[in-house]
Parts: sequence; C-alpha cells; structure tokens
Amino acid sequence: MGFADLFGLGAFLFFLALGFGIGTWRERSHLASLTRRESKSTDIGVANLRAVTQPETVEHAELVMGQAVIANDYFKTVAASLRNIVGGEMKSLETLMTRARREATLRMLESARALGATEVWNVRYDTSNITSGNSKNPAASVEVLASGTAIRRKSTH
Amino acid sequence: MILVNTETIPGRQIREVKGLVQGNTIRAKHLGRDIAAGLKNLVGGELRGYTELLTEARRQAIERMMAQAQELGANAIVNVRFTTSAVTQGAAELYAYGTAVTID
Repeated sequence: MGFADLFGLGAFLFFLALGFGIGTWRERSHLASLTRRESKSTDIGVANLRAVTQPETVEHAELVMGQAVIANDYFKTVAASLRNIVGGEMKSLETLMTRARREATLRMLESARALGATEVWNVRYDTSNITSGNSKNPAASVEVLASGTAIRRKSTH
Repeated sequence: MILVNTETIPGRQIREVKGLVQGNTIRAKHLGRDIAAGLKNLVGGELRGYTELLTEARRQAIERMMAQAQELGANAIVNVRFTTSAVTQGAAELYAYGTAVTID
C-alpha cells in the first residue's frame, strides 16, 4: 500500500466523518426549524382539492410557489450506495425528500401570507434531481417545487 | 394577468377559452455554484445558489407563458402546471404551461 493509497483512504474517512458529523447536525437543526415554522403556519388552510368551496366569497386568487434544493451529505451518500447493493429502504434519502418538500411548502405558505391569503388550494408538488446520483457521482440533491392557488376571502362585515 | 393552478378562477366567470400557452427556458449552472454545491454535497443542506437559479428561471418561463397569453388577448391563465427535465448534464429545462382564458 503506497502513500497515495493511504492518503486517498484518509481523505475518504475524513469526508465520511465530516459528512456524518456536520451533516447529521445540520439535518437535525433543519428538521427542528421546519417543525417550529410549521407550528406557526397553521393560520393558512392547505388542500390539494381543485374545486374551491364557496367561490362567490373569494376576493382574490393567485398562483403561489415555493422551491427548495437540498443536498445529501457524504456519509449518507455512501450509505445509500451501499444500500443499493443489498436493496431495501433508503431512510436517509427519504428524509432528504421530506425536508425538501416541507421547506418548499413553507415557502409557498410564506408567499401566500404576503398576499393576505388565508387558504391555498390545489397544492401540487414537482420534483427533479439537479445532480443525479449515479455510480460515478452518487451525490444526490433534490429540487422540490410546491405550487397552489392562494385565496383571499371577502371580509364578512 | 391572473394566474391560478385551479381549473376555474374562484369568484370569477370564464368568458372564453383562448387556448394552451407555454413558456420554457433552459439554464446551466455556473462553475462557482458548482464548487459551492460540491462542498454542500459533503455536509448536506440547502443549495441556495441553485434554489435562486431555479426560482429566477421559473419566473422567466412564466413570463414567456404570460407574453403568449397576452398575444392571444387573454387576461388570465388557469390550470398552470410546471415540469422540469434534465436536458444535458448540468442544465435543466423549466417548462410552464396553462390555458389562457378571458374573464369578466
């Protein structure tokens, strides 16, 4: 085993540890932030129904969007490629997708709130992978777009 | 111009359907963002540069769609949908489409 191999192995282990340490910490703080902001976002009703109830009371309707691109960390990337050999559930990638969706949803709600809307209807999610995971470069990052129609109702008085 | 992704505009009456309108744009990410993204792929987390890039690109696709609708004399677009596809390595196509209509 030459020096170059040792260096390569060292770098691999370093990135693995870095990914595990910082990646896990960042994921945990992101999830905590999502939960905190979601509990504050209960003022806006969300539905994926196409037909808005009581359309005659609607004052304003407008398309709102929210998007987020989230990258996986190196440790989870390696773990996922190992998982690819033995098969089964990829928990870490599930968390990645969930984080991106929740973040996109919150951003959509934010723009709805800026319009003074109280409801968002017909919520849709679109997903695309920006850097695709393959055998050469397994690093995955995912983009999620959440879109819906924000509704402001006429005031009752 | 009113945009919604529902089939009707709540509280408004659709007078006339003008037809399908669409807008697309293909964007490549640049090297600086790639380097930043490479680092993020180690520690995980949001790729803000890409989020901004895609937000801006999507806005352009929407603007092109709206320009088409204006040419048709429409004042609203209903049932707006988005799709994204990776055309080549490192470039993404953003596509927005909907039905141009006139409302009261």
